[in-house]
Amino acid sequence: MLEIKDLHVKVKDKDILKGINLTVHPGELHAIMGRNGSGKSTLANAIAGQDSYEITSGDILFNGTSIVAESPEERALAGIFMSFQYPVIIPGVNNTYFLKAALNAKRKHQGKTELDAVEFLKLIREKLAVVEMDEKYLHRAVNDGFSGGEKKQNEILQMLTLEPALAILDETDSGLDIDALKIVAAGINNYRRDDRAIVIITHYQRILKYLEADYVHVLINGKIAKTGGENLAEQLEDKGYSWLDN
Amino acid sequence: MKTQNKTIEKVTSQDYQYGFVTDIEQDTIPPGLNEDVIRLISNKKDEPDWLINWRLKAYKNWLKMNEPDWAKVDYPEIDYQSISYYSAPKDKSDGPKSLDEVDPELVKTYEKLGIPLEEQKMLAGVAVDAIFDSVSVATTFKEDLKKAGVIFCPFSEAVQDHPDLVKKYLGSVVPYTDNYFAALNSAVFSDGSFIYIPKGVRCPMELSTYFRINAMNTGQFERTLIVADEGSHVSYLEGCTAPMRDENQLHAAVVELVAHKDAEIKYSTVQNWYPGNPETGKGGVYNFVTKRGICAGSNSKISWTQVETGSAITWKYPSCILKGDGSVGEFYSVAVANNFQQADTGTKMIHSGKNTRSTIISKGISAGKGQNTYRGQVKIMKNAENARNYSQCDSILIGDQCSAHTFPYIDVRNPSAQMEHEASTSTIGEDQLFYCNQRGISTEDAVSLIVNGFCKEVFRELPMEFAVEAQKLMEVTLEGSVG
Ligand SMILES: Nc1ncnc2c1ncn2[C@@H]1O[C@H](COP(=O)(O)OP(=O)(O)OP(=O)(O)O)[C@@H](O)[C@H]1O
Ligand SMILES: [Mg+2]
Repeated sequence: MLEIKDLHVKVKDKDILKGINLTVHPGELHAIMGRNGSGKSTLANAIAGQDSYEITSGDILFNGTSIVAESPEERALAGIFMSFQYPVIIPGVNNTYFLKAALNAKRKHQGKTELDAVEFLKLIREKLAVVEMDEKYLHRAVNDGFSGGEKKQNEILQMLTLEPALAILDETDSGLDIDALKIVAAGINNYRRDDRAIVIITHYQRILKYLEADYVHVLINGKIAKTGGENLAEQLEDKGYSWLDN
Repeated sequence: MKTQNKTIEKVTSQDYQYGFVTDIEQDTIPPGLNEDVIRLISNKKDEPDWLINWRLKAYKNWLKMNEPDWAKVDYPEIDYQSISYYSAPKDKSDGPKSLDEVDPELVKTYEKLGIPLEEQKMLAGVAVDAIFDSVSVATTFKEDLKKAGVIFCPFSEAVQDHPDLVKKYLGSVVPYTDNYFAALNSAVFSDGSFIYIPKGVRCPMELSTYFRINAMNTGQFERTLIVADEGSHVSYLEGCTAPMRDENQLHAAVVELVAHKDAEIKYSTVQNWYPGNPETGKGGVYNFVTKRGICAGSNSKISWTQVETGSAITWKYPSCILKGDGSVGEFYSVAVANNFQQADTGTKMIHSGKNTRSTIISKGISAGKGQNTYRGQVKIMKNAENARNYSQCDSILIGDQCSAHTFPYIDVRNPSAQMEHEASTSTIGEDQLFYCNQRGISTEDAVSLIVNGFCKEVFRELPMEFAVEAQKLMEVTLEGSVG
């Protein structure tokens, strides 16, 4: 589904990613770990197409075709979703309205009819229940005044509503209390399917306890320094990252 | 980032979509202004002596006045002698009784604007007094209004048919001594709308007028007067969009509103004059408007709602004089300054009655190289016990070459006044656009989403069909400023 080949990415004249190789198949869940500033979010943003992240060489393939020349919304419409490490506030824009615009943009792209307000409300209520969010959040502006945890839940709500093929979750588990962590994990598991893939960027092994990762990668100095199973996350929890430096 | 800016530029630099010129023959006075021209205008309309004299007094007054320079707008000097002060479509001999009698060119023009009269007629009973350049050429729904006792007619007609009312109220809210542009308008005004709602009558439909500038080199000097007698209610809609042209066009309208005891006037405007060439700023309309209403009687209410998307220069401060005890003044405004547009707009709320209340909600949108200024005054007079004002001025910036300024003036002379003021400035950031893009929403739709969200407190004050038009205009405008 996702194939990253020898990817080099530069931000503001600084080389951040220095040759990433990663292949994600449908149904898989990959976790990416690494120190602060190691380039995890850079990787996520490069996949999503944020244009301050300049791809200097290498390629990103999604379902077999290169997407590096595509705009962020083309990639999104093709089925790539990114849960933001820092979800953006959009004052004045109603959360429901935003979600509906996003969903209908996608449906239009797929040649489906757009949902009207009633159909949409029905759908969104189901999704709200999964992330145990109160309906009042629908009527607030997008992420405006949301607590850190609420923002992350809202990201998961969007993912569940848009049903992308590939979800890249950038520290969606950071800043969550114990209950919220379970809820977010439940949301991710609810989304998970054989034809969908998940890449989760995280600092903590605790979310992986709920998720069953197929692979854990460690990003060091712009490269994937090590790949393993869930026990790699446990090792990192114990030993930190220094044993992987060289 | 660069790409995003380019997108914004691309979007903001789209050509004016409503730019076209219809070729209806014009009956135009040669450029220049002197007493003879004023007499000529007056004669063409067969006006009574008192009105000619009033115009001449206004003219003499104007000669002694100076063009105001305090607004934050910048434009080359206007040569008032190069402007033609009267223009009328030629075949207006008897005035059409139905659309079939209207010049097909004109009908086509409205169709291009998406506001065909045909549809208007069918739509929710909107009476349309269409002003093409300076003279009204189509009036509908007159009969229904007549039954209710409502007078809604071109100003020139009111001068003939209701001289007492016109004489009583003309200049009573905006005297010709008020300001430079009001004086000029008083001297040369060509036509406009007159509305009188009798005691206790709720006007059975929204009244609307579509303005349009179309004659080369012709200044527009509309005069509107609305009088709502005791306990009456009226909602008036004014909207316009102008064709592409090279020459700067001066527009100096005057609108006067009078609300008697328990009466309510709601005045809504969607303004979309030609803003000028998007690359050079050349050729846009100069819009110097004086709009003022007086809540003369107790518990009366005047509400201004405006959506200003056009013009090269907007100089406009719809105001309320809250004289009657318990009267209410409201001002809801969205003003866009895109590309080279300059907008200096706001309101004045003058509280002189007891227990008077005013609300000001101003939303300024700046994009491209646009410059947007809110200028507002709230004045609480000595005897205005328990006056209250709430002001909220928000600005949004799109791109990094535009600017927003806020000048709230507050003058409180009674200690019982309660004043509340809130202000904010935000930008449509690259991060917000990317967030929307990542959810599959295009940049253009994202801008429109954000701007409509920003404006919604004002849009919801507009009558339904106007709200739709306003959003449409906003999208067209913001296809060049709201990315
Ligand atoms: N827009 C930017 N401008 C300048 N430097 C940037 C920018 N974005 C990222 N960087 C730099 O790139 C490096 C990698 O950042 P990135 O956000 O990818 O790290 P991360 O692995 O996600 O870290 P964290 O775990 O703290 O979220 C950092 O040194 C960061 O300062
Ligand atoms: Mg990060």
